[in-house]
Formats: sequence, C-alpha cells, structure tokens
Amino acid sequence: MAKSREDIEADVRDVLVDALGVDEDDVVATATLKGDLGAESIDYLDIVFRLEKKFSTPEKPFKIAQGELFPENLMTDPTLVENGKVTAKGLALLKEKVPHVALGDFESDPQITKLPTLFTVKSLCDFVERKLAA
Amino acid sequence: MRWMWIDKVVAFEPEKRLVAVKNVSLAEEHLHQHFPAEGGLPAAPVMPNSLILEGMAQTAGILVGSVHGFREKVVLAKVVSATFERDVTPGETIRYDASIERMDDMGASTVGIVERWSFVDEAWAPVGRIELMFSHLDQNRAGVEFPEENFVFGENFRTLLEGAGLKKFVS
Repeated sequence: MAKSREDIEADVRDVLVDALGVDEDDVVATATLKGDLGAESIDYLDIVFRLEKKFSTPEKPFKIAQGELFPENLMTDPTLVENGKVTAKGLALLKEKVPHVALGDFESDPQITKLPTLFTVKSLCDFVERKLAA
Repeated sequence: MRWMWIDKVVAFEPEKRLVAVKNVSLAEEHLHQHFPAEGGLPAAPVMPNSLILEGMAQTAGILVGSVHGFREKVVLAKVVSATFERDVTPGETIRYDASIERMDDMGASTVGIVERWSFVDEAWAPVGRIELMFSHLDQNRAGVEFPEENFVFGENFRTLLEGAGLKKFVS
C-alpha cells in the first residue's frame, strides 16, 4: 500500500532526528536543513543514505542518484553561475532538476550562497512523495 | 609518530567487510594516564573509548579505501553514533569488525562492531557499536586543493595491508 503523506513526514522526521541529532519537535515543515537544523556538508550524504534505507522495499528499491536530491555539483558550470549569482539558465536547470525545492524569493536575488538555505523539511517530504509515486 | 590503532587485519571480504585486531598493552604510555592512581585509589588503566573509535575509523577507513584501490583520499567525516558497554583493559585484545552499509562516489557509511577477548574469561564479549561516515576528499573539496599524493593511506597502512596478505591492494 502506498505511504500516506503523514507516514512520509513521520519517516522523514525519523531520518532527520537520527542524521542530525535534533529534537523531533524542531523538525517542522518550514525548518531549513542548514539554518534551523544545523546540517553540514557530510550530513546531506548521510540523509540521502538514510532516506534510501527508510523508503526501500524488497519490491521497489528507493535509490537516489547523485545530485537528484541536493544539487551538489550542479552549480560548478560557469554558465550557470555568474558573479556569485545563479543565471537564468541556472534557475531553469534548478527548476527542472530539483522541483521539490521552492525557489520563492531566491529567484529575485539568486545568490549561490543562499542555495543551501532553500532546503526545508517540506522539500524532503515533497521529494520523497514525488519519487515514491513515480 | 605512528598513529596506528590497529595491529593486524585478520579478515577481508572485498567491498563488504574488514576485521582488524589490536592488542592492548601496559607498555602503551597513555594507559598510565587513563587513569593514574589518585586520592588513595589505585591506578585503573582502561583503553580510552576515543581511541577505540579511532581504531574503528582506521579499520573501516581501510575497507572504504580498498574499494577504489586506495586512489581516493578517504577521510572520516562524521561519527554517526558510538555506544560503549564494556571497558577494555591491558592484556585484552580488541576486535574491530567493520562493514560497508552504503557507498557512492561522494563517500560511504559503515557499521562496526567492537568486541574484546579476555584471557580470563576465554571469550569474546561485546564492547560497542560504531557507525561512521567517510568522505572522498577529492569529490568534496569545495574549491580546496589537496596534494596529489595520497596522504591518507601512507606507508604504515601499506605495511599493515601487506602483513595481512592484501598485497594486491597496495599499488
């Protein structure tokens, strides 16, 4: 049976509590992984591994390709970032590759350093929900 | 200084599991400080858990490094969890049993079981469980340049691997 949104949110919360050592109460939909929950670079890989384990079933493995959830090296291409800002081409690519991330105000001031602050608990839940349904 | 906290590799399943042992001896200086006699209490030499963790990091690190023939610079990036339930004292042997749980280009996660052999009990007993994450430094350099030479897997590790019959993994 397909997991409900509530089940997904509960499982994502478990993953973040274990990976980041945060309190369950702090893992709210709007919390950012970096700013609010204190995720550092290696934590992203930890989160990816844990999500794979959590949502894999014998019938359907849940495998996350590199850059599929977090666009690690997506922005190293000079045509995608200019003077510290993501170009229009870069923004289009972000929308295509990481649709689970709500860009919001980022589009009007797309400083590359702000990119990690866009990842919220909701982004992860959206990503998992979309991927499970695919 | 030789920062080696394992003595010998005793089992190896490529890309899966590596087991190493360390004999704990009173000849090791640090045991005399951990803990010295104080306030009328006798000395109580106990292997520090922080160094047991280092031993597991070396065991699991060699395992992760072996997957790509020690070409990657494998560094310990995160201690996911470390729990200890029993002390290890001089005259005992520690066994580190490390397995790769998940690995990709960026790094790997490992699970390790620590046990100790007591010559008094003549049995292995659980000491702890350690989950670690390793990063492939060159894949995560974030603009930082590192030397070409693989400074992670130096001569000491080669000696250890050769002694364990893993010569084919030493290029």
